Amino acid sequence: MNFDLDYAGEILPDLLMAFVQYTLVATLLGIAVAAVLGLLFAVIRQLRIPILTQLLTAFIEFVRSTPLLVQLFFLFYALPGMGVTLSPMMAGVTGLGVHYACYMADVYRSGIDAVPRGQWEASVALQLPPLATWQRVVLPQAIRNVLPSLGNYAIAMFKETPFLAFITVPELLHQAQESGANTYEYVEPFALAGLIFLAASYPTALLLRRLERRLEAR
Amino acid sequence: MNDIPTVWDWTGNLLDGLRITLLVTVLGTLLMIAIAIVLGLMARSHRIAVRGVARVVIEFFRGTSLPIQLFFLFFGLPLLGIRFDPLACGVIAFGLNYGAYGSEVVRGSINAVPKPQWEAATALNLSAWQRMTHVIWPQAIPLMIPAMNNLFIQLLKSTPLLYAISLADIMTKAEDFRKAGGDATLMYLALMVIYFVMAYAVTLLSNMAEVLAKTRLGQHAGLRSVFTFRKPKPAEEAKLVDASSAAGGPGGVR
Repeated sequence: MNFDLDYAGEILPDLLMAFVQYTLVATLLGIAVAAVLGLLFAVIRQLRIPILTQLLTAFIEFVRSTPLLVQLFFLFYALPGMGVTLSPMMAGVTGLGVHYACYMADVYRSGIDAVPRGQWEASVALQLPPLATWQRVVLPQAIRNVLPSLGNYAIAMFKETPFLAFITVPELLHQAQESGANTYEYVEPFALAGLIFLAASYPTALLLRRLERRLEAR
Repeated sequence: MNDIPTVWDWTGNLLDGLRITLLVTVLGTLLMIAIAIVLGLMARSHRIAVRGVARVVIEFFRGTSLPIQLFFLFFGLPLLGIRFDPLACGVIAFGLNYGAYGSEVVRGSINAVPKPQWEAATALNLSAWQRMTHVIWPQAIPLMIPAMNNLFIQLLKSTPLLYAISLADIMTKAEDFRKAGGDATLMYLALMVIYFVMAYAVTLLSNMAEVLAKTRLGQHAGLRSVFTFRKPKPAEEAKLVDASSAAGGPGGVR
């Protein structure tokens, strides 16, 4: 058996449709959740609020050490038993977002740690209120420096979106399986799905590498 | 038979599943290390053809998503006349995917051995083989371990995917439990705790390996460091990200 180009051409529109409608949307929403939540985690840990910081650290360590798939199943199958029912997409975005927020929290932290002490002292000397210190002085410098690392996690998250297929989100992998199940031809759908991922992630990775070099050159 | 099972009733099943999960994790990790070394060495070859092949393979396996690779192996290849049993599919998919990430760690660590060490080995008239085995690798290995540990844990955390290729791993057993009407919340929490313990065990083993490798170099760090959670320092993290930046991903994770 060979690679059937006609068949591949036939299923490509469906695959691309699923990719744009679900994979890309889930990725973008997941990135938004992870970026905001991760920043919140990092700031809370930096503020050293007694019990909250320790709880958060334990939570982050736990989430990072347990599989994304189990977390997604927990959100999708276990939460309804507790009275919280999420749509597949909601559960998926929440799962991806929280999982990667726990990674991004550490990236933000390294960025915040890298802001020179003098910047904090200058803010105090200028009598800037704490909120303005964070908003105008610390975070803009911290985030700019860690943008490439955040981007790398965003790509990693993108490549984990096929996990959403297991909680019935009809994204790319799901669609590929569906196309394959119709004809019992699984080679082309999965090969195409893989190539679509490669075509999207590789150029993004190259762009990030360039951004990294530009930031280093400053 | 209509009784609703409790997590306690399921202990035997979970242990059966755990055996499969551990087996695939161990075999996958061994294959991953082998592939990482081969691809990592190829990627720093002087011959452009060898280097080119390595780069294409590395970028391919890093750029296409792991679940898709696994499904391709499991559903696609039999149609091309190549059939692996599910266990082999899992081991090969995990080994290849994380091996590709690991090769960047191997390459980066070997390149990080200071240049004078290479020159000294040459000056002492060591053969290329002796130089690698006696001088470069012993110094590169401790550099590799932290990033490799991250990948081992990533691999362990990917094993629930086996559930999708009909292998009776611990995830599958947990799903059976849910389908039998058991309390899903408790079961998933138990599952997460089990994975957490396994991940910590992997970190402990890696820390021990690091202490051993460093002791060989005369940099004995003390046994207390064995029990630390792996927490890359900012500088270390930056280096990891650099080593794994091309396709982005688990290289810098954790």
